[in-house]
Amino acid sequence: MPHPPLIQTRQLRKAFGDYVAVDGIDLDVPRGRCFGLLGPNGAGKTTTLRMLLGLTPFDSGSLSVFDLPMPQQARAVRRRVGIVPQADNLDPDFSVAENLVIYASYFGIGRREAEARLEPLLAFANLSERRDARVDTLSGGMQRRLTIARALINEPELVVLDEPTTGLDPQARHVIWSRLSDLRDQGKTLLLTTHYMEEAERLCDELVVIDHGRILDQGSPRALIARHVEPEVIEVRGGADRVIDWPEIQALRSERMGTSLYCYTHDPAPLLDRLRDSQGIVFLHRPAGLEDVFLRLTGRELRD
Amino acid sequence: MANLDWRLPRIRRGALAVWRRNVMVWRRLLGPAILMNFGEPLIYLLGFGLGLGVFVGQVADMPYLAFLASGIVASSAMTTASFEGMYSVFTRMVPQRTYEAILATPLEIDDILAGEMLWCASKGLLSGTAILLVAAGLGVVGGWSALLALPVVFLAGLTFGGMALIMTALAKNYDFFSYYFILLVTPMLMLCGVFFPGDSLPGWLQTTVQFLPLTHAVELVRPLVIGAPVEQAWLHLTVLAAYAALAYYLAVVLVRRRLVV
Repeated sequence: MPHPPLIQTRQLRKAFGDYVAVDGIDLDVPRGRCFGLLGPNGAGKTTTLRMLLGLTPFDSGSLSVFDLPMPQQARAVRRRVGIVPQADNLDPDFSVAENLVIYASYFGIGRREAEARLEPLLAFANLSERRDARVDTLSGGMQRRLTIARALINEPELVVLDEPTTGLDPQARHVIWSRLSDLRDQGKTLLLTTHYMEEAERLCDELVVIDHGRILDQGSPRALIARHVEPEVIEVRGGADRVIDWPEIQALRSERMGTSLYCYTHDPAPLLDRLRDSQGIVFLHRPAGLEDVFLRLTGRELRD
Repeated sequence: MANLDWRLPRIRRGALAVWRRNVMVWRRLLGPAILMNFGEPLIYLLGFGLGLGVFVGQVADMPYLAFLASGIVASSAMTTASFEGMYSVFTRMVPQRTYEAILATPLEIDDILAGEMLWCASKGLLSGTAILLVAAGLGVVGGWSALLALPVVFLAGLTFGGMALIMTALAKNYDFFSYYFILLVTPMLMLCGVFFPGDSLPGWLQTTVQFLPLTHAVELVRPLVIGAPVEQAWLHLTVLAAYAALAYYLAVVLVRRRLVV
């Protein structure tokens, strides 16, 4: 690697009582890339982010951000980071523009300088027309965009986003994705957590899959798919009992989920032929994706 | 106690940003705030001071209106700072999650609570100033020395703001504050010499109230307002400052336990 990693952790560990939230994680987040932490609920993603920012003390291991040791240099690190939390915590007592100016003051950015940064950020967030609106009159997507704009007020090198599009409708989600791509193109490093495969596949140059506080694997979305699952998937929807004994299915790797069957293969032709000849079986043939990797690595049981 | 971060707080300039934020919110609600600041004491002083004062006559060698007005200048710092330090701070800390947002910046809990305490004291000062103006209008202020009561009111605002922050750090919900009001704020209001002199209390109670901060605020503010000599000024100032400093420290430790986990 030509540059030292922006974030480096070694055997990072955090327990809450008996519950081990993060169990010895090694991370190297390179500069200028979009790096994703992918994992089910409760996998340890948010705890990891909080430790990176000095908001949660860790039990053991080492952690540095911008080559600064944490948690000793937490203030200096947060000065150079923009943070988009999982749930919006905009200041409801203020307008859109005031939210940005007030937030700038927490970084020691004066009023004049903050006003100068205001217009480009409002334009970036498509909120120029709503600059004097109160925050509680904004839609969920607008609030999210304002939160992202707020995270940029200190001109950070690293932007950390905790599930940036959870709870948004598809239109709002696509706008956020295009804004995050813009940020990466500007050379900012993005670190995001998500459990949306589409988000991870579109945005992330590199991913780690986390579960139960451990890293299961790491790589580009493409590399992860190639490593863990066969390239083609046939989903048999409903009627798994009818097909489970077929030799064409016995010949390949399959996973049952309720009455559906997921079949993974390099050569889908024999099974497809038989399915087409059979009456009344609904099936879907598609290329393998990150979701298949994710389910393979983290299992299919429900997480609450 | 385990899991508590007892490191001494360090206050930086960022605390002023938190204070300024609160000033900005307050400015837009200026009308009702000023109405409360001036209207309430005016009604109290006219009602009790003039109405009740006719029956009471002189108290501690001064007209009852003067006794009451000078007491309320001190107690208003307590009630105002307590309300702000509990209900408003809890709102920012829990439902509004303003502190979560601030903690994502270089500021730390040390700075946030210092800014909040400063704001509690500022509101106490505003309220004390309003009452002093009303009292001056009613002709019970002794002279320019009364202006010296204002820094004392500010210090008392820090004291009671800090104590309120401890309760906020422990509170699960707003109802929790009722305990503090009924067990501490209201008894202090009754017993610490605001409405009547403490020497009519039983001996053990007179000793007890010497440990309560409002007693010391009243002992300082009353003579300054009516223009009498202050006795044991350093003792009273030290008690108020010690309460403020210890309360701040404890509140920081408790809020760290609550938010930095």
